[in-house]
Amino acid sequence: MTSLLQNWAFKNILTALLLLGLLLLIRKLARREYWRLAAREIQQKKGAVISFWMLCLYLLIALLDSFGWRSPLHNPETGEIARHPQTQKIVYDKGASTLDHLLKPLIQKREKTYSAPLAEVQFTSEAQPDEKGIIRRIHPPLQHPGSHLLGTDRVGVDVLYQSLKSIRTGMIIGLLTTLLAVPFAMFFGISAGYFGGFIDDLIQYLYTVLSSIPTVLFIAAFMIIFGQGLPQLCLAMGIASWTSLCRLLRGETMRLRETEFVQAAIALGSPGWKIIFRHIIPNVLHLILITAMLRFSSEVLSEAALTYLGIGVGADTMSWGVMINDARSELTRDPIIWWKLLAAFLFMIGLVLPANAFGDAVRDALDPRLRTQD
Amino acid sequence: MTAYIIRRIIYVLPILAGVNLLVFALFFLVNTPDDMARQALGDKASDPVQIERWKEAHGYHQPHFFNPGEKGLKRLTGTIFFQKNLPMFWGDFGFSDMTLEPIGREIRKRIGPSLCLTLPIFLATLLTNIIIAMLLAARRGTTLDRLAQLFCVLLMSVSALIYIIAGQFFIAKTLRLVPVSGFLTGPAMLKFLILPIAVGIACGLGSGIRFYRTLFLEEINRDYVRTARAKGLGEGAVLFLHVLKNAMIPILTNVPIQLLMLIMGNLLLENFFSIPGLGGFTINAIASQDFAIVRAMVFLGAVLYLLGTLLADLCYSIVDPRIRLQ
Repeated sequence: MTSLLQNWAFKNILTALLLLGLLLLIRKLARREYWRLAAREIQQKKGAVISFWMLCLYLLIALLDSFGWRSPLHNPETGEIARHPQTQKIVYDKGASTLDHLLKPLIQKREKTYSAPLAEVQFTSEAQPDEKGIIRRIHPPLQHPGSHLLGTDRVGVDVLYQSLKSIRTGMIIGLLTTLLAVPFAMFFGISAGYFGGFIDDLIQYLYTVLSSIPTVLFIAAFMIIFGQGLPQLCLAMGIASWTSLCRLLRGETMRLRETEFVQAAIALGSPGWKIIFRHIIPNVLHLILITAMLRFSSEVLSEAALTYLGIGVGADTMSWGVMINDARSELTRDPIIWWKLLAAFLFMIGLVLPANAFGDAVRDALDPRLRTQD
Repeated sequence: MTAYIIRRIIYVLPILAGVNLLVFALFFLVNTPDDMARQALGDKASDPVQIERWKEAHGYHQPHFFNPGEKGLKRLTGTIFFQKNLPMFWGDFGFSDMTLEPIGREIRKRIGPSLCLTLPIFLATLLTNIIIAMLLAARRGTTLDRLAQLFCVLLMSVSALIYIIAGQFFIAKTLRLVPVSGFLTGPAMLKFLILPIAVGIACGLGSGIRFYRTLFLEEINRDYVRTARAKGLGEGAVLFLHVLKNAMIPILTNVPIQLLMLIMGNLLLENFFSIPGLGGFTINAIASQDFAIVRAMVFLGAVLYLLGTLLADLCYSIVDPRIRLQ
């Protein structure tokens, strides 16, 4: 499973499919008057439009970081493409995403250890002999002075690069969790609400059992059993979160089932699955979208907390939670190292704040009953 | 009323059984005792004798559901399910995998410190959020309201970790107003608890105010509010006597769930401020991969939640008698 997820061809196809699905959904929705009106209402709000473009920027960076390729290794002396001595096959490197290729200058500018934003010298001092041969403690000059906008971390990696790489982790947590939860919630919620009876009892029992376990504890149990990592975390959060949407969809389906147009379809002899696809799903789509939008930001935020608790993505994945986790010990030094925490904070709020603002606008436009503004 | 209570209690029992089975499936079927032994033993894990010995010492050597090696009833009682999972129903949580200490005793010892932290946070958050939300609802549509809304979204968009780290750094480390972390019993406790409580309130401020404001605004458009205005009541009387009273029904009926969940402590705050509560206990168990403790906490959390929903339903049926008839 993990080796498959490290395969670039597989990752590229998966990302492309997700992107295609998203575009198809948008195209399909754009044909309906209800969604066009909602979009027009959102466009009239300045804050929502700015938030939208901000989210698009983050999505673009996450997409650039999701498509990648492996390049052949070169012989450092001759410059020729390296080949396997026996099989004569071209030898490739581990591969890098488009973002990595774009940020190559940033990656290559490694320092030895900590340096402050835009600093000329290293943050920590080292014992070095001066011109006369006397050993003094000095701050040695950086290899690339003034080129680290947000400084470097303990092993000399650029903090700006880490923050940019963390965007993909954050977006995946926010989007994939919902994407995993929605099919389950739709299937179970709609069948429970539509068919009622024994099926309803069974599904209600299932989600009551699952939702009675506190979310954090469920994720903790899941993560210590399956180990830390991004796919596991998405799965754990998805399983923990589908129940509330399921309950919501069940209630809404029960209400829709009694409406006249559904009753008419039943009376005309439409089969159950056709009614569900033609009449029920289009009428609960806005609820799913609102829930997904509002949940997105809280999921990005909880990644940081869960990573800190040791049940998150793990230290080998770059994420804002890992950065904040590192920053905790950096703040106990004297003088303090503040730039990693600040970078994680700024990049995180840059995603979560627009997501919250845009989510509010979407909710107001789609469901006037839930309006936050009077 | 009695019939309703009995019906509700009977309804909870199969759910509890389901939770128990789910916990069993996660901790013994998905993650087998062999896996646990291998993780606990580390590099010694390649030796099957060592694994058997570890399982024997921790009571994981028996079969899952049915023990054919025993006679009579022992075939059922001599199993992991009967020895490890079922006793959680009557509060017997067994022993820690790492230290072999009894978990039940540790839980009882840690409930106090957890409640000292979470109870004040809960009450203060409820009070501040309701007061501020009420004031905003009274001035709805004004610039103040809009600014406050914006500020709430901003507060919501900051991770709880940032609040904790910033609070600890500026108030405890730079200004030296309170100790950075630690815990004492008696009156000295206040010194240690005041910062975590303040941070806890700050964490819930943004979303709380918005939630209650929406709740109040929903109530404000009801008919009885129009009637109250029509008979000449002032805006203050309308809001605090009529709207608040009706809006409190959904708030207060949820209180039992939240009150019981307070026992579980606050994972982040207890960890950052070294408060010896149940939250810190859980985190330590996660860090040391102590499956027995995590299993006990998952079950305890579910039991408290279900008990809370039961009490909430009873509260609701007292407030709104129509529920009982359904």
